[in-house]
Amino acid sequence: MAEQIKTGSIAGVNGNMLTVRFDTDVMQNEVAYALIGDSRLKCEVIRVRGNLADLQIFESANGLKVGDKVEFTSALLSVKLGPGLLTQVFDGLQNPLPELAEKSGFFLQRGLYLNPLDDNAEWDFTPIAKVGDKLQAGDHIGSVPEGIFKHYIMLPFSWQGTWEVTEIAPAGKRKASAMTAVVKNEKGETRTATMYQEWPVKVPITCYREKLMPTEPMITQLRIIDTFFPVAKGGTFCTPGPFGAGKTVLQHAMSQNAEADVVIVAACGERAGEVVEILREFPHLKDPRTGQSLMDRSIIICNTSSMPVAAREASVYTAVTLAEYYRQSGLNVLLLADSTSRWAQALREMSGRLEEIPGEEAFPAYLESLIASFYERAGLVELNDGTQGSVTIGGSVSPAGGNFEEPVTQATLKVVGSFLGLSRDRSSARRYPAIQPLESWSKYTSIVDAKKLAGARSTLQRGSEVNQMMKVVGEEGTDIKDFTIYLKSEFLDFVYLQQNSFDDVEMATSASRQRYVFDAVCDVLNGDFTFETKDEACRYFQEVQQLFIDWNYAPYESEQFKKIESDIKAKIGENIKNA
Amino acid sequence: MRKVYHKIIQISGNVITVEADNVAYNELAEVSGSRGTSLAQVIRLQDKKVSLQVFAGARGISTNDEVRFLGEAMKVSASEDLLGRVFNGAGKPRDHRPEINSEPVEIGGPSVNPAKRIIPTKMIRTGIPMIDVFNTLVESQKLPIFSVAGEPYNQLLARIAMQADVDVIILGGMGLKYDDYLYLKNVLDDHGALSRSVLFIHTAADPTVECLLVPDMCLAVAEKYALQNKRVLVLLTDMTNFADAMKEIAITMEQIPSNRGYPGDLYSQLAARYEKAVDFDGAGSITILTVTTMPGDDVTHPIPDNTGYITEGQFYLKGGRIEPFGSLSRLKQQVNGKTREDHRAIMDTMIRFYSDYKETQEKAAMGFQMSSWDKKLMKYGKLFEKEMMDLSVNIPLEEALDMGWKILGECFERTEVGMKSELTEKFWVTK
Repeated sequence: MAEQIKTGSIAGVNGNMLTVRFDTDVMQNEVAYALIGDSRLKCEVIRVRGNLADLQIFESANGLKVGDKVEFTSALLSVKLGPGLLTQVFDGLQNPLPELAEKSGFFLQRGLYLNPLDDNAEWDFTPIAKVGDKLQAGDHIGSVPEGIFKHYIMLPFSWQGTWEVTEIAPAGKRKASAMTAVVKNEKGETRTATMYQEWPVKVPITCYREKLMPTEPMITQLRIIDTFFPVAKGGTFCTPGPFGAGKTVLQHAMSQNAEADVVIVAACGERAGEVVEILREFPHLKDPRTGQSLMDRSIIICNTSSMPVAAREASVYTAVTLAEYYRQSGLNVLLLADSTSRWAQALREMSGRLEEIPGEEAFPAYLESLIASFYERAGLVELNDGTQGSVTIGGSVSPAGGNFEEPVTQATLKVVGSFLGLSRDRSSARRYPAIQPLESWSKYTSIVDAKKLAGARSTLQRGSEVNQMMKVVGEEGTDIKDFTIYLKSEFLDFVYLQQNSFDDVEMATSASRQRYVFDAVCDVLNGDFTFETKDEACRYFQEVQQLFIDWNYAPYESEQFKKIESDIKAKIGENIKNA
Repeated sequence: MRKVYHKIIQISGNVITVEADNVAYNELAEVSGSRGTSLAQVIRLQDKKVSLQVFAGARGISTNDEVRFLGEAMKVSASEDLLGRVFNGAGKPRDHRPEINSEPVEIGGPSVNPAKRIIPTKMIRTGIPMIDVFNTLVESQKLPIFSVAGEPYNQLLARIAMQADVDVIILGGMGLKYDDYLYLKNVLDDHGALSRSVLFIHTAADPTVECLLVPDMCLAVAEKYALQNKRVLVLLTDMTNFADAMKEIAITMEQIPSNRGYPGDLYSQLAARYEKAVDFDGAGSITILTVTTMPGDDVTHPIPDNTGYITEGQFYLKGGRIEPFGSLSRLKQQVNGKTREDHRAIMDTMIRFYSDYKETQEKAAMGFQMSSWDKKLMKYGKLFEKEMMDLSVNIPLEEALDMGWKILGECFERTEVGMKSELTEKFWVTK
């Protein structure tokens, strides 16, 4: 009997794991609800042994008893997709947090789940498909405007095979839950599509023609990233770092300034205060490209550290599924996950409760493959209609003790295209963003000339060597030529690698400005300077440095910018041999 | 009528197992035997087997002791009558006064909806320049004092509490030495603050497991007061003992340890407590100040490491001083732009010079030549340590900023400090 609700009863409770005795069929990863009083607590089946199923519960298990009833739903953990997702703030299970606050006040009430998208919302529908058209999953039925974007209404991704349109809704305002098209397949089965559809979060959406090589850079407007360690549209990167190194500030800067169409921030197991800053500030910040509020292009998934642990794992999948969904509309989506280590820890907690044989540092053996398949959901794709869309994933990693040798960092490094390692040394020295330039790497192409970049890199490398040497032999024991190299590397660090993310101009450097300024910086790096004494060299570089820093704070191509530029040219000419 | 169970089938560490029906997860029970009565809490259910952690410890428990389930989770009274009272780790009075049972609230309640939080904006003045000037404490911040045994961390905690302008102080002691408890209580009393304080004290002499409830009781009471529009300061000392008690239970329960024997959920457990710090949208606030002693002064030890990822900064107490480099207040940017116009500039400049001083000190120690600049730095560093870092200095923020200008003026020329000219014109003090 398919209609009958499948049930089971609790046989054990251990932290956030329930053991449930059942006598029907149970599906791995299906959603179930534990019933307590009037509440229904969401769970997910994670292991089946005999007639016992182990479930992770997305809420606190307090008060549950052996013998309590559990209902199985036969559905995988899913999210609702459709217009209206942008600007929203969800928890890890796609519950809208502001609406939850209206219902339950200051605290998150257990077992309260709300509809993530309003069924009565009206959208201005424009049909694309015509009666008689043959459609496949992901093909366009029509479109609605969502903010500045054209949001395509697609044939649900889970409908397999070819479907013929027998009826299509006319243009005009329609309720989101109303019919947009009626379709039928070869077997004669008829289905009605609406603007909404559901999709299981742990399954990638693959309704596109093919996956392409990510080549075009995703401009983040952070100089050290775009120039030295670029990120590509459809690529992946990670930012590991110890606490206090500025991971979150870096991610916030990216979420504000990156040149993406849609930005999804997944605050996974981190401080609530940081999310509050986004929640309260984004609506007042302007997206420089559109002049609209930054919130209009953002979705925030927020499962902070004190919220239930199992939902933390779900939150990154929820986030990436929403990202893939917007990619299907031909948009470039940036997903920032802070922090993937908390997700891995949630896995570790559960693995421990399941009494699985532990891997390194008690993380489960399947950690690596889970991390890999998560990052593999990023990508640049050619959609069914020939246009392109991308999902770029950036995950921060919080290694225990700041040691990158730990399993989560190592597993992540294997699969990402760009590694932006944050170091405590740099953050203690207030050199922000604290990305360590000698250890980080990127497999993507930079926005500046490769030869010049190699030159700048070697200056950094040699400067660091000289610095090491100076610690042993002292300044007086160092040759003035070597000393100049050291000064050059410090100069590059101060005027280019470091960037103040609290200044309105300095916080975002456009690609063209980066190319322009980098050329000027290279002129100094390649300059053949002659100094009589080290004091003279120091003074000279201090002055050049100050000019460049003022230059960075001046709006691009403003009068001030041009004036400082000519000062810089004069200053460089002053001391260069063959200028 | 609740059933009483007599058959304890397993006693291991401080965890006992009985066979019982109709028991809820996390429920409380009373275990009574010849050695008295203790509270216990359900930590695992497996068919008929119920495992409980016994707060008073399992020593002396006999297999035929009585286990009576209370049918509810741990609750603590949160009425106004608590003010001025002292309780032990099980929530029983420690001051020989009557028990309070009015307005009970469940401990370890759900977390606050992030949508109901606001960005904190109020500075907490402490009179300690290393905090007020360099790492400003902000209302609703959660911040530990990282320290090692032997440092005056409880003194620092008490001093901040006394000078902070808050409505209620809640002190939670975990594994506190008895004389530290008396010291903290006397300080509160001497400053007339005891009448607006609530103390939950678990001393080192009490059974270890009993300290597990202390943070939750403190925070449940704090939450109740904060919802009544009060500004509450919660002091917890020492969180390392709390984490160690969790480790003990986890090992007894044969959980697979993740790092140096600590359970895999250490981060989540600590976060569940620290995240209670909040500035409510439309009600009061909770500020949490704790002590985390670092075994072997090792900041990468699992307890300080996990704590650092959770809290909004830390004060690093070493050698009787708050170290400027290990210390951090993540929320200082929210308030230090609105105090006095020179605050941020003084903060940045003085720290930069102090960092230069440290380098110069190393150079001097290695016998390299001292330039005239180096000598200036050496003079500056000594003055800075004496006038700013010393914990006996107790001056308001404005005086501390003036002191900063005075020190800079004594050591450097106006053009050497690299500050904005408009500031130096206004504030520079010539020696």
